[in-house]
Amino acid sequence: MSNGLNSLKEWIDKRFPMTSNWEAHLSKYYAPKNFNFWYYFGSLALLVLVNQILTGIFLTMHYKPDAELAFRSVEYIMRDVDYGWLIRYMHSTGASMFFVVVYLHMFRGMMYGSYRKPRELLWLIGMAIFFVLMSLAFTGYILPWGQMSYWGAQVIVSMFGAIPLVGDQLTLLLLGDFNLSDATLNRFFAYHVVTLPLLMLVLVFVHILALHEVGSNNPDGVEIKENKNPESKIPVDGIPFHPYYSVKDIVGVIGFLIVFCTIVFFAPEFGGYFLEHNNFIPANTLQTPDHIAPVWYFTPYYSMLRAVTVNFLWVDAKLWGVILMAAAVVIFAFLPWLDKSPVKSVRYKGPIFKFALTMFVISFFVLGWLGMEAPTPLYTLLAQIFTVIYFAFFLLMPWYSKIDKTKPEPKRVTK
Amino acid sequence: MADSFSIEDEMNSRRRFLVAATSVAGGIAGVAVATPFMLSMMPSERAKAAGAPVEVDIDNLEPGMLIMVEWRGRVVWILNRTPEMLATLETLEPELADPNSEKDQQPDYAQNRTRSIKPEILVAVGLCTHLGCSPVFRKDIAPEDLGPDWLGGFFCPCHGSKFDLAGRVYSNLPAPTNMVVPPHTYLTDTRLLIGAESKESA
Repeated sequence: MSNGLNSLKEWIDKRFPMTSNWEAHLSKYYAPKNFNFWYYFGSLALLVLVNQILTGIFLTMHYKPDAELAFRSVEYIMRDVDYGWLIRYMHSTGASMFFVVVYLHMFRGMMYGSYRKPRELLWLIGMAIFFVLMSLAFTGYILPWGQMSYWGAQVIVSMFGAIPLVGDQLTLLLLGDFNLSDATLNRFFAYHVVTLPLLMLVLVFVHILALHEVGSNNPDGVEIKENKNPESKIPVDGIPFHPYYSVKDIVGVIGFLIVFCTIVFFAPEFGGYFLEHNNFIPANTLQTPDHIAPVWYFTPYYSMLRAVTVNFLWVDAKLWGVILMAAAVVIFAFLPWLDKSPVKSVRYKGPIFKFALTMFVISFFVLGWLGMEAPTPLYTLLAQIFTVIYFAFFLLMPWYSKIDKTKPEPKRVTK
Repeated sequence: MADSFSIEDEMNSRRRFLVAATSVAGGIAGVAVATPFMLSMMPSERAKAAGAPVEVDIDNLEPGMLIMVEWRGRVVWILNRTPEMLATLETLEPELADPNSEKDQQPDYAQNRTRSIKPEILVAVGLCTHLGCSPVFRKDIAPEDLGPDWLGGFFCPCHGSKFDLAGRVYSNLPAPTNMVVPPHTYLTDTRLLIGAESKESA
């Protein structure tokens, strides 16, 4: 029997690089042995992606991308389709959990300097995935065609209208009509289920290829490839991904699924944070809900959008808000070149970086909270202050990372 | 050997030219193929044909009352302003970004303080010029959330922009311009046509 299997394996290997790929990416891919809790979130992001694709396929079997039918078809899924509620809640909870996992994954990179040389391109591909993820979340949120879907889309599409010269044409191209309508819903459905998921899969594949080319970073930020066993050429601080980390990641998956299932079964709306209450009202083109806010994962950027209230130079406040919001997302991509510290990991960086990173996290949370609240003069002022702190973390980094007092990096990874 | 080199060099420059020419031709073909796909995403003929003007009877519109009608998929407000409401328009002018409606957000016949044909009747597209939310009609004076200086107007819940009762924007808020006054006309004293200046031009 094993002889038969072996000869089958040989037969395939002569025609397809099966064993060599298995070894390069799993059984002989050497990852640093000191991974900690923060290293779960990459594999968890992959798990959520699979969840979104699987549940998404089943949702499209019942959903109707038509302004007249969309809202009812979602309610139909919730009430009349057997287990439709489960599949839909898995998809909607998955969307929020995707951002939880990806934000933690990005924070890990920021803590341990995973964006630094030689991983700049890996980081940039990750940023591209983040943009696609945001687009997926936005186009998906339109589909139920509730009040928040409609007015959220209205706000986002209007942002493109603020772009000088091409704004109006671009808006028409996005909407496919002179206002947000059935044509818009129909094309956003196409983006959400075909264009963006395809792009996402390609980017995730490229992200993993790039990772396996340069090798994983670790909490100490030291390069394990610089210290190889002279005979075997294996990094002395590396262990094969499979079985060591494939098994460890299963522990992460179980922990994640406990949280995920608890939300799906006991709090799928999550108090209005995952599924907003106003989105259970069908879209009404005559009336904006009294209070509109995006879903939690967009609120930090949303509060920056409305933080700008004065015209500055020859650009009006509306365009500044849009520029600021876009810049807040894009600025992550410059991290590899903003960080001038001689060490990668926060473990060896000095007090200024630790303070700056803490302030960044605080400003991200405060802006996120403000974005959910109705705007008052005090809250607008707070949003302005924390927007400045958010950007200061990035823009002052070339300066403070240079003068910061760092500790020497160890030669090998520590516990 | 030397001979074959010179021939090869000639071939190389010819080849390079041919490769460049083919690439340019391919690029042009690519743009040509992309064009119909991009154009297919623009508003269709059916979408262009929609958007007929709307007739509204405002006989029952009491002073202080606001009604909403839909025109081209957008909300249009018709507000019958009381004399007290009209009085606030002048008082508020120092706080406005464009009190004289100089920016092209209304037809010529509505470029006045009340931004209307009849002083008391305001007709405006009920969408904030910031990011397109529909502001809330707040006629209450000095409410808790809008402060003691509030004399009535429109407040956008999305990003906090404020407009007076003629749809003129307050300065130093996210919205850049006054609200849009659509083309409209009175067919009779109480029949309003929104979206066209006369029945014929519709």
